[in-house]
Amino acid sequence: MADTLATPKAHGHVEHHDVDYLHDGSLLSWLTTVDHKKLGVMYLWSVLFMFFLGGVFALLVRLELFAPGKQFMDAETYNKVFTLHGAIMVFLFIIPSIPAALGNFVLPIMLGAKDVAFPRLNLASFWIYVVGALIAVTAMVTGGVDTGWTFYTPYSTTTDGSVALMTFAAFVLGFSSILTGVNFIATVHKLRAPGMGWFRMPLFIWGMYSTAIIQVLATPVLAITLLLLIMERTFGVGVFDPKLGGDPVLFQHFFWFYSHPAVYIMILPGMAIISEVVPTMSQKTFFGYKATAFSSVAIAIVSFVVWGHHMFTSGQSQLAGAIFSFLTFLVGIPSAIKVFNWITTMYKGSISLQAPMLYALMFLILFGIGGLTGLFLGAMSVDIHLHDTYFVVAHFHYVMMGSTAIAFLAGLHYWWPKMFGRMYNESAARVSAVLVFIGFNTTFLPQFLLGSRGMPRRYYNYLPEFQFLHQVSTVGSWILALGFVIMAGYLFASLRKKMDAPANPWHGRSLEWQIPSPPITHNFHEVPVITTEPYDYYRPFEPSVKGHH
Amino acid sequence: MSSDSHVAEHGAEPAFRQHHFINAEQQFDTSKLGMWLFLATEILMFGGLFVGYGLMQSVYPEAWIAGHHHLDRIMGAINTVFLLCSSFTMVMAVHSASTNNKGKTIMNLLLTLGFAGGFLVIKYFEYAHKFHDGLLPGRFFSYHGGGPAEQAMFFGFYFCMTGLHGIHVLIGMILISWITLRTMKGEFSSAYYTPVDLVGLYWHLVDLIWIYLFPLLYLVN
Repeated sequence: MADTLATPKAHGHVEHHDVDYLHDGSLLSWLTTVDHKKLGVMYLWSVLFMFFLGGVFALLVRLELFAPGKQFMDAETYNKVFTLHGAIMVFLFIIPSIPAALGNFVLPIMLGAKDVAFPRLNLASFWIYVVGALIAVTAMVTGGVDTGWTFYTPYSTTTDGSVALMTFAAFVLGFSSILTGVNFIATVHKLRAPGMGWFRMPLFIWGMYSTAIIQVLATPVLAITLLLLIMERTFGVGVFDPKLGGDPVLFQHFFWFYSHPAVYIMILPGMAIISEVVPTMSQKTFFGYKATAFSSVAIAIVSFVVWGHHMFTSGQSQLAGAIFSFLTFLVGIPSAIKVFNWITTMYKGSISLQAPMLYALMFLILFGIGGLTGLFLGAMSVDIHLHDTYFVVAHFHYVMMGSTAIAFLAGLHYWWPKMFGRMYNESAARVSAVLVFIGFNTTFLPQFLLGSRGMPRRYYNYLPEFQFLHQVSTVGSWILALGFVIMAGYLFASLRKKMDAPANPWHGRSLEWQIPSPPITHNFHEVPVITTEPYDYYRPFEPSVKGHH
Repeated sequence: MSSDSHVAEHGAEPAFRQHHFINAEQQFDTSKLGMWLFLATEILMFGGLFVGYGLMQSVYPEAWIAGHHHLDRIMGAINTVFLLCSSFTMVMAVHSASTNNKGKTIMNLLLTLGFAGGFLVIKYFEYAHKFHDGLLPGRFFSYHGGGPAEQAMFFGFYFCMTGLHGIHVLIGMILISWITLRTMKGEFSSAYYTPVDLVGLYWHLVDLIWIYLFPLLYLVN
């Protein structure tokens, strides 16, 4: 509803107490809404569309690599296609996916708030995202970009195409990300319901909070880096160009000072979702709540001091390399704390293997592989051999796709009934989940082998000995795509049904499960008062929300 | 609804309170926290430029010294004084807004606007002089007076840093005009002057960044 910002009149104000937030479905009410739930849904459709677009580019890349030499596109087109795949997936899908879509919807409700701290800023953030996406699309159709999503200089300052426009798009998208981060931090600090102490917050909030800190502190550095890159292309300032006395490694430092923390902007929200799905679907009190909460903050802090591990082979000093390598291994500690706590939470729980939990289990396996192969790459001596090979490609796909995107799917299936008031077809969801799991591993496990045998990343052509593994990988991408097609099918089908979702389909304990599905416009009739610990499955359920029962 | 019961308890419901805040104090604290977070992002953004500038200065100290000789210290100093004064009038504006002194608020805001405008006018003359001499960034550098080639990079930084700061001054002027208009309409009182306070915070940051830019660019040795 467009009027959610206005103060209700003291007297004689007609309040639609029991109208759900989807009730006013006019286009204008969606486009100008300041309701965090509607904004979350708009973000959701946007990122899903971008995921589709990035996925199509990925399929094209895999298809081209089915055999050595040219299949159906030339090398230049291939460079542009994989750059688009990367740039779209990173800047337009993964970074906004969990915080902006699911986080926007769930975070205020979990805190017992009626909205985020700055609803109008939230709307602005969404439109800035749309503008950024449009600029990116313009860059694609007016020449494209062939630099890879990292825009390394001096190649990016000398190549043709729309590099300046694409970096400007990333710059704009960064602002959207910053505004979401500012909003979430202020919301968590100031809008918690009475009784909701820091250690009564669901772990999802801790994850979102840590993510927001990184968004706010790291993104401005990317902004200035991209601005300098644009200056470099337009005026030839030479800061990053060795021909003009500049330092290309400086660009890498700047870029990774943002983009390594950004990797945790991607993974922390995924972990946050798993921390909700695992206790709910196991009906068990979270094991090690505080350790898990602090491990999110620890990852956020450590994320700022490990960027140099992207430059082991770029000519930084060996001492710096050794220090960055050591710091990189530190990330393993909070990550392992989380994994062990999730597993221990499941121990002796009453686990229900419905779609959200299937994805959570998938996350545990794939994040295990993705995280541990990260240690290979964090070790300097091994990295010299493996850097810029398919091993790296496989590693970060296990973390970005296998962990973050899979956790996003876990959250999507977990909160779908809450967001739209409808249950999806559970059997179809399980079939799709299995296909996604098989497809993903078939696509990316062979790439570890390819990389360790010396297949360089981003290459258009390859030696015949790599062909078999490339073909397995390409076939895997088709299985993966089939899984997603089925998923799109049953999710859309569910939207055509009458609303049938109960308020609490998974028997969760956090606040969003204590209000109807879908929620009413103002979330709560009365401000809830929190008197219980989160995940208190060891005792009978005591609702904190009054007025809905 | 809670806001309704809230009204019943306290009688009066301030019109400025947005529905999702429990009371005006929570709204004020939240807005202020949001502004501080935004200022942190600003500092980090300029921080990237400062790091790049400092690094390149250590690589090409001669070019940096040669470059800064082209900058007009007097004009820079006058601009520093302008911004310091504008920060003072801004503080006074916030103070008068918080004490219900509408006339003084408007006067101080207009003074701030005047100083900011003065800053941009002087900046315009400085820029015009640089353009005339060909002291431009990168490949557009066409100064014939000699000196190290990396002066082109120095002027890249100079225009990048002062340009980005200038944009911030411009945005600040728009914001100050906006709150001046709202003050004239009588929208603020001691109970609610959050926008004045927040624009004030922003303006101090713009001032602060210049305080670092001035010695870094104009007074290097």
